[in-house]
Order: sequence, then C-alpha cells, then structure tokens
Amino acid sequence: MRLASKPENGLDLNRRSFLRVSAAAAGGLLVSLYFDLPALAQEGNPAAPSKPYPSYPPDAFVHIRPDGKIVITVNRLEFGQGVHTSLPMILADEMDADWSQVVAELAPAADVYKDPLFGIQMVGGSGSIAHSFRQYRELGGRTRAMLVAAAAEKWKVAPGECRTEASVVHGPGGKSATYAELAEAAARQPVPAAVQLKDPSRFRLVGHRIPRLDSRPKCDGSLKFGLDLDLPDMKTAVVAHPPVFGGRVKNLEDKDARGVEGVREVFEIPLVKGTGVAVVADRFWTAKQARDRLKIEWDLSAVEHADTAQLRAKYKELARTPGNVAVNRGDPKAIDAIAAANRVVVEYEFPYLAHVPMEPLNTTIRFDGDRAETWAGSQFQTVDRGAIAEILGLKPEQVTFHTEMAGGGFGRRAVPDSHVQREAAAIAKRLRGTPVKLVWTREDDVQGGYYRPMHVHRVEVGIGPDGMPAAWRHVIVGQSIAAGTPFAAMIVKNGVDETAVEGAADTHYDIPNLHVSAHHPTANVPVLWWRSVGHTHTAFVMETLIDELATRAKADPIAYRRKLLKADAGKLRRALDLMDKKSASWRAKLPQGHAVGIACHQSFETGVACAVDVSIENKRPKIHRATIALDPGTAVNPLTIESQFQAGVGFGVSQLMAKGAITFKDGRVEQRNFDGYTPPYIVDAPAAVDVHIVPSTEAPTGCGEPPVPVISPAVVNALARLTGKRHRTLPLVSI
Amino acid sequence: METYKLTVNGQPREVTVDPGTPLLWVLREELKMTGTKYGCGIAACGACTVHLGGVATRSCVVPVSLVRGRPVVTIEAMAEDPVGRVVQDAWVSKDIVQCGYCQSGQIMSAVALLKATRKPTDANIEESMGGNLCRCATYVRIREAIKVASQQLK
Repeated sequence: MRLASKPENGLDLNRRSFLRVSAAAAGGLLVSLYFDLPALAQEGNPAAPSKPYPSYPPDAFVHIRPDGKIVITVNRLEFGQGVHTSLPMILADEMDADWSQVVAELAPAADVYKDPLFGIQMVGGSGSIAHSFRQYRELGGRTRAMLVAAAAEKWKVAPGECRTEASVVHGPGGKSATYAELAEAAARQPVPAAVQLKDPSRFRLVGHRIPRLDSRPKCDGSLKFGLDLDLPDMKTAVVAHPPVFGGRVKNLEDKDARGVEGVREVFEIPLVKGTGVAVVADRFWTAKQARDRLKIEWDLSAVEHADTAQLRAKYKELARTPGNVAVNRGDPKAIDAIAAANRVVVEYEFPYLAHVPMEPLNTTIRFDGDRAETWAGSQFQTVDRGAIAEILGLKPEQVTFHTEMAGGGFGRRAVPDSHVQREAAAIAKRLRGTPVKLVWTREDDVQGGYYRPMHVHRVEVGIGPDGMPAAWRHVIVGQSIAAGTPFAAMIVKNGVDETAVEGAADTHYDIPNLHVSAHHPTANVPVLWWRSVGHTHTAFVMETLIDELATRAKADPIAYRRKLLKADAGKLRRALDLMDKKSASWRAKLPQGHAVGIACHQSFETGVACAVDVSIENKRPKIHRATIALDPGTAVNPLTIESQFQAGVGFGVSQLMAKGAITFKDGRVEQRNFDGYTPPYIVDAPAAVDVHIVPSTEAPTGCGEPPVPVISPAVVNALARLTGKRHRTLPLVSI
Repeated sequence: METYKLTVNGQPREVTVDPGTPLLWVLREELKMTGTKYGCGIAACGACTVHLGGVATRSCVVPVSLVRGRPVVTIEAMAEDPVGRVVQDAWVSKDIVQCGYCQSGQIMSAVALLKATRKPTDANIEESMGGNLCRCATYVRIREAIKVASQQLK
C-alpha cells in the first residue's frame, strides 16, 4: 500500500518518498518511508546483520510488536545530543503511544533515513530535531490514523467516534483495543494522504521534561559503543601515520613488530593523503605494542611542513587587505570618514582545535567479497558507507552499515573524506572474511588533523556620535573547511566559505555600514567543522568587541546590546531579556573580586544569551555561575535542552584552556595527548548553570551547537572588568 | 606471556598475557568486560577508573603484573554495591549522561569519594573528580548527583 506523502513545511525531499505499510514478518505493524527510485530498489533488502546485533526492519520507522512494545527508529547518530529520546518522543506523541513501552533504535545506513533537508544521512548543523520534527510528527500521526481506522472498521463505527490514549483506541460504548491488537488490521488500511497533527496544547510528551532512554545502560557499563564491539574471530588494527600530513612510507622494517606474539599482519596502506602502515593483531594492546616497534623511514620531501608561527605571520599580513566579500552593507568607505580617535582597530587570533571526543575514533568492517558489514559511530552514514564501498569495489547497497552509539563527536565523526573508514576498508580488504576493528589511539586523534581551522580576524570599527558602531570593516583569514569537498557547492559562495563568516556576516546587530570579507589560504593541515563551526571564533570577536564598545560608551553591556540589536532579531532579543531578568538578582550582589561577563549570539537559528560570574583563582578564570537563556522555538525536550546547555557551555570553555591549542612546528603537531591538549575538567567548567527557555510554539531550531559560542566571550568580558585587559588571542595562556 | 590470577568483582579470574599489559586491556579484551573505557592511555582522563584494593585507580597505566592479589572492582559490579547503586540511581535521576562514554569512570570516582567521605564538600568533589574528563562537560549535573547520592547515603 503506498501513498505519496504531502510535501509540507519545506521538507520537500519527501516529494519523492512514499509511506509504505506492511505487516512485519514477526507480526505487528511496520510503517516505512522509502524512496521510490529504481536505483534504490535494492536498498530495502540488506542481508541480515550478524548476531548479537539486532536485525533491523531496514526501512521502518515504527514497529508495533505483538507484546505492545513500540520500536521507533532514530534516523541519525546518538552521540550525546539526545535524539535517541527526543525523536521517538515526537513520533510517540502524535501516535498517542504509551511512552513506557517505547524502545528506540538507531537506524542503519539507508536512503529512507537521510536528513529531509540535507539529503544525506547525517548529524550536523544542529538539524536533528529542526529537520525531523515535522517528519516524525507526520509518521506518528499517520500511524495513529491507521490504527484508528482499523478499530473503526472492526467496530463498524466512524473513525471520528474513536479516540486514542497510551497505545489504546477507545470507541463508543466502552469499546477499546490496544495498538498491538490492532496492528495487523491497521497494516491493511490505506495510508492517509493528509493527517491532522495535534495542536501543541495537546502534546503529552513534546514540551515535557522526559528522562533519556539511554541513561541506565550508560551508567552501568552495559551500553556497547563502537569501540566495545566484539565479534567472533575479530582482529584489531592500528595504523602508523606519517609524522607530517601526506608523507609516504619510504622504507619499512617490521621484523620486531612481527615478533610480538599475537601480531597477524603488517602492511602498507594508502591514506587519503600519503601512505601508512597497518598492524593487525588479535588484541588492541598487542597491535599498539607492535606499532611502537616499527622502524619506518618516511618520505616527507613532497609535502608542505606547516608551522604555526609562519602561518600566523602570513595570516596577519593577509588580514590587512580585503578578502572575498561576504557582505557589503551601506558604504564600505564610511569608516574612512570617521576620525581616528573614534576608530578601534583590533586583531584576534584563534588556534587549531581538536575535537577529542571521549571515545577514540574506530570502525569495524568485515569484507566478504561481494558484500561487507560495517559498525561505526558515524555522523555521516551516507558518506562513510560510500567511501567504504569505493575502497572495497562494492556498491553502497552491498555494504550493511550499523550505526553504533558514539562517545561524543562534535563534528569529528562527520568527515567529508571518510579517512578513518577508508583506512578501515583498506585493512578489511586484505583481511577478507575476518572482521577487523580499526582503532585510532588518543595520540592518533590529537595528532591526526581534521581540526577547527586556525584564524586571524582584523576588525576596524568607526564609532558614531551616539557611541554605537557606525561602520565596521572585518577581515577573516582561515582555511576553508568546505573547499575541495562535495560540500563546497553548497557552502562556498563567491570565494567565501560561509562556515568561516557565519556569525559575523549575518550579525544580528544593526550596523549601518558593514563590510565582512574572507581570505582562505591553503595549508597542509586537514580541517573540519568543530561544534558550532564558524561561530566558535566569530561570536568571540563580535561579543568581546561589542562589549568593548559598550565599555567605551560607558553603557550597560546588556542595554547596549539591546539597543544595537536589529528590530527583527526577535529570538536573540527575547533570550537577552530573559537572561537579564533571571540573572538580575545575582548580578546585583556579586562578592568582592568577582565580575559579570555578558554575551549573546544566535546560531543555528537559536538565540542565546549568557551572563557569567567570574573571579580569578590560581591565575585562571573561575566560573562560579552562568545564567543562560535561549529561544529555540518549540522546546521538544526541555530536560535535554537544559542539560545540553549546561554542558555545552562547559564544552565552550575548551577555547579558553591554557593548553587549548594544536600547534605545528616543522609540519609536526606539538601536542600528543590530553597532557598537551587539555579540555576542561570539572574545576574549569562553570560550577553552576541555570538555563531558561523562552516559551514558544514556533518550529524547533538547533540546540546542540548554540551553547558553545557564548561562553568564551562572556568569560573574557568578565576578565576585562576584573583586570582591565582585553584578551584577543585564544587560548588564554595567561591572564 | 605469563599467567595471572585476579579477583575481579569478587570472582577469581585467570589470564595469560604479556606482563606489561595494562589492567584496562585485560578487563576489556581478555575478560570481555567493556564497561571500563579507554580514553587516553596516560591516566589523564579517568575513563578507565576502577577500584584496585579499594582505591580509585586508572587501569590504563597499571600493568597486570603489578595488580598482585589486590581485588579489582569495576563498573559492572556497581549495581550490586550499596554505594554504587545509590550513585547510579542519582546519575539516572539527574539525567546526567550525554554521550555517556566517560560515565563509568565518573561513577567509579564518585563511589570511591562517597565511600571515604559521606558528606563531601565542593572542594572534596573537585579534588576527587578532578581527573575525570567529560568531553560533553556534564560537570554541573555530576556535582548535583554526588550531593543527591550523599543525601541518600546519610
């Protein structure tokens, strides 16, 4: 039974997709959304995965089991952001499912699970809820309608005489039937073309503080992450990478490595750039010991040796000339007419940043000649599966791709060139028939590239007679993340990588003469999106500089921002107002030696405002408290959002850490592990964070990335009040 | 290769491995107990924290040859431990986890703290939890959950 779903709300990729309903083999109702394209016809029938992993109905979103359990498939990776709970909430709410019976499962790679807006299966751009809210509501609404239709048919009443609650359809005269009882008959009902979605006032789950479904197994050690995978006869591999990106193996002596008991294979493999040496052993520890015993002579002659000091000098030089224009509003020469005394000229520096998710990168593949099976915590299933297929000489649909829960990612598992999966596939190809788990050690991760790019900003501001910025000329220098990837066409416009200028070129401040441009020099350092991407540096520049201008104008930093916000910056204004209100009492009575720092920034369509209480302890900023207010439209799970923001601002503190930079000397990364590149520990993160959500029934917007940009400028603004010094170089090596 | 007799979560276990193999990898790869996590291998993140002879210890830097009869207790035993169970419940009730990868280690550190100090101060918490990285930075709720557990254990 098929029926085209109605394209709505801009999520028009569904134009070519169809709902399909069938009786599941194991009994129960299966609601599927699939693409009716001949090329994808094989998509629906990947071979059954190995035990002990669950066998997925490959393109199902909802499966009502005979025991009453309702299995809801999550179309993207869970790696902390909470979609494993919040997406099922959305569907279950429209379906009127009994939440206590809902089970969530992560989807394997398949076309039906592609992001409705981006067109690939992925997590990124804080779009999980924003892009799938309508999709999951409609799936839930249609499922419910079919269950009601089945009950109405059985009872010979009109569907309108039935109501639903907690997985039960109630009819006239006290009749009732459970969803499980109705599932098979519902599967024979036509799929409704359009479905009436609930009025938000009738949500029972959406908008409520619902605890995560994955808490207990993450607290008792039972949850299996990708790194915990254990398959019969599985081997573990590590790879020796060149010390400079793109280097090649010139000579390999592997006798000592092969002598380590438990080592099975040592061989050279191609990397995305250059070559490396794979060591395969029965155990990780054995493989690592053997890798330490390799004697490799590298050919580094043909590759550029990146050097932080040289890059900094080059970037600063470039910042003195205009780049490719991102925005040119008003008169670009207006600034030249403003007297030097009323001009501020400032430069900012930002280092390379590693993501360092807690679970080291890994991928397991078994190649069986005409097909392969993969297990990976991936933000980019479509891309990674395609890369594996390419290396193995298969079609993507011949690669069964299981999405494993991942221990963080922050962008690091969304890599356009799929370099980890390509390495794993090259190894699996050699190990044909044997599953092999590739593990990147923490050292591989810290030194392995794919960093937030290093940047220099240079800003000239001309201040008007009212103390507000009248003209703003802003040059941003940094490698393009998207250039050279399949994403370039979407992201690079007029020579400007939008991910480098977002948050500045589209500032919500009303600056009449605004000129933002960008240079994208190349460097032999792979770069990647790092949670909140361009906003990591643009928000820092905008929010510390606006604060500086407020101080210069002897204005209150909140009032100054409020005055400068554009009339249509509703979300940011509401967040700022709510933060102002919620933090007013503690800001009014700060202890001696403490200062307030303010910042507000909109990213991924969510407005966020932040106030922090900071003092200086042991020559470091001590963040006693943060008050955060945000306007994310409909707050699907306020509990998750609160948690996401409390922790997300802690993640943002990464940028301030004394050892919060990746640096290069003669092409080599100078940090190796958490001793040299140190994310925030408990003492570094805010001790208390209160989060306040602006009530809204607008469409939901991003929550994963928006916490990050505000915290570092807010803290640095507080430090300026304490010390009089404006920090413009990150990380904060000393204060 | 050497054979070692270990006591893990009260059970006698025997493994035959290289003497330098860290306890972490003995647990994960020989005993297939993957609740204890690898994060850095240099005792800088705490994801591998276990109780060794009752002391919170980074198992990634303890060679199996140095365990020497001291009982090893891991996250897998916490549901049966009177303090462990309370801490796990507090973690769940505060909805702490995000990615969750570090939380085995966080819980093992918190249990060790509460076994030694039933009413920890903020300074006690910062000291005992100070070496456990959470890249998601769920620290605010970790602080709260330790206080909840402390109340429960009174």
